[in-house]
Amino acid sequence: MDLFEYQGKQFFAGYGMPVSPGEIAFTVDEAVAAAERLGTPVMVKAQVHAGGRGKAGGVKFAATVDDVRTHASAILGLDIKGHVVGRVWIEKASDIAEEYYASFTLDRSEKKHLGMLSVEGGVEIETVAEENPDAIAKVWIDPVDGLSESECRSWVAAAGLPDVAVDGTVDILLKLYTAYVEGDADMVEINPLILTPEGQVHVLDAKVTLDANSVFRHEDYAAFDETQSRDERETAAHKIGLQYVGLDGSVGVIANGAGLAMSTVDVISQVGGAAANFLDIGGGADVDTMAGALEVINNDPAVRSIFINIFGGITRGEVVANGIVEALERVTINSPIVIRLDGTNADEGRLILEPHFSGSLQMAPTMLEAAERAVGLTATEGTGA
Amino acid sequence: MSIFVDETTRVVYQGLTGSQGRYYGLLNRDYGTQVVAGTNPRKAGEDVDGIPIFASVAEAVAETGATASCIFIPAPGVHDAVIEAAEGGVKFIVSVTEGVPAHDEARFYNHLRRDFPDVQLLGPNCPGIISPGRCNIGITAGHIALPGGPVGIVSRSGTLTYQALYELKQKGIGCTTCVGIGGDPVPGTSFIDCLAAFEEDPETKAVMMIGEIGGSAEEEAAAFIRDHMTKPVASYVAGVTAPPGKKMGHAGAIVSGGRGTAAAKMDALRSAGVQVGLNPTEAGELMARIVAGL
Repeated sequence: MDLFEYQGKQFFAGYGMPVSPGEIAFTVDEAVAAAERLGTPVMVKAQVHAGGRGKAGGVKFAATVDDVRTHASAILGLDIKGHVVGRVWIEKASDIAEEYYASFTLDRSEKKHLGMLSVEGGVEIETVAEENPDAIAKVWIDPVDGLSESECRSWVAAAGLPDVAVDGTVDILLKLYTAYVEGDADMVEINPLILTPEGQVHVLDAKVTLDANSVFRHEDYAAFDETQSRDERETAAHKIGLQYVGLDGSVGVIANGAGLAMSTVDVISQVGGAAANFLDIGGGADVDTMAGALEVINNDPAVRSIFINIFGGITRGEVVANGIVEALERVTINSPIVIRLDGTNADEGRLILEPHFSGSLQMAPTMLEAAERAVGLTATEGTGA
Repeated sequence: MSIFVDETTRVVYQGLTGSQGRYYGLLNRDYGTQVVAGTNPRKAGEDVDGIPIFASVAEAVAETGATASCIFIPAPGVHDAVIEAAEGGVKFIVSVTEGVPAHDEARFYNHLRRDFPDVQLLGPNCPGIISPGRCNIGITAGHIALPGGPVGIVSRSGTLTYQALYELKQKGIGCTTCVGIGGDPVPGTSFIDCLAAFEEDPETKAVMMIGEIGGSAEEEAAAFIRDHMTKPVASYVAGVTAPPGKKMGHAGAIVSGGRGTAAAKMDALRSAGVQVGLNPTEAGELMARIVAGL
């Protein structure tokens, strides 16, 4: 789950890190009112789940309330890499002497947490890593031990921050690590972490990705779930708990298992078609799950055929078959369906399906053959036929 | 021969009294796995279809001589269940549950590595392990695997693992052991752990490896194959068409910042001498040709 910058800052503030006062605004008038309350100068910052906001014109300095009106009008509704700006964060402007970079994430190779700190902040860390890798001080942290203050101090020393910034940075990094662990974050990043001319270290930006698997111990994360960027199809699928990713093609895909679903999308592409989606109905899929999956795909106007690819392990064939039969009774499916079914109780599943076979519901013995038929059907079937 | 588990493996099921635990525990027993115990602190002294329930893994080990555990416990309880299994004295732990927080995984992985270095964890979020004809721990449908050899299988994806077993069986090719390492960011058992074990196993003559997008496990495996393996490897990597920045179902399956793409993984494997198929069927055919040439 990706947080907006302002949500990230509120998340950080909850762990005692210094962030600037600010307010969220959904309209120009709200932005102006926020600036009047905060007192100018302020920054007007687009809140989107995409990088490169500054370059796209989504971050502006406003010296006066009139400037706020101008900038908020320009930024609200702006398209940044396919994300339309629906809210702006109005924040008290800060004086900047220096810009640093700090982050924690999981190093999957080392299977330890990785902290990165650099005096070259304010630019993309990937660029620094490529052009000047020595400018990034790294620390690997054993999740059992955590990060001690002395380790943190040596790490900050290795990064070469000026003396005046050391204490403030150590304090923020220790809190950032606590937020990362206790908050079950996949990634926390402050870029830039700034040193003010007065010698204060301060969080100026926040990028936070939370682990969706941890919501059972963070009830408040439900609010973040609601602000994820999803298209209409993804929202509908998410509502009924399906693992769905929208794609650009015309073959609707339902598969059980993430690997099989990915593979199904790949095979459709190999035989010359394109999948409309990735959809993993997962283990333990029941009638409702299958019916829901079919409904979500059926509502996608780009879909012209549907490929259901099931290999039974945790999902039993007759459960899948019953789901398909019941879904067909519940909704009128607009597109022809090709099914490939194998594994646990596949024969029982086939027996349930057999009476329903027709031109718009057929079975293919292999994944490749099913993909070919499904792609072939997109060429012969008109939408809604 | 097989790797990690065989007919002598005695398994305790943590969560045998739950619906999933019971369903798969009994299926595993029907397959021939020695399912010797279950645990549930509130149901100690009861039984599940004749399988005795103990309050803890330690008690189950003491009473039944269990050597492995299989965890069918909801995600919030998996961290404690893994530690309980290691402290209880089993040497092989299979964690099937999906949805375990990554921080929990990182914590118990490092905890085991430090305090229980001889304990092997498989998973979480994995289908388990099957040594066909000998032992099946987890959720794999046993009938889709042909016992014998000469192929060992290691895979990050559940259903693609079944797919591989099935493709090989269709071709009359047996499997020594099939290990599903799971699709999470911190798998307890890595590709390399399995490749090294298959290289040592005299009955395994070739290895099928199934990867997917995200992380760098396939690249690391490729380096291991190049430097340490004499046995031929065929491979398939899922997610060629996956868009960047989107998790494809598995928590670990994400292309981010241009890293973790299927193309890069396939290149790394090819340059290590691995035969790479563009779909599961093609990988199966490549493996059949390898087996024919053995």
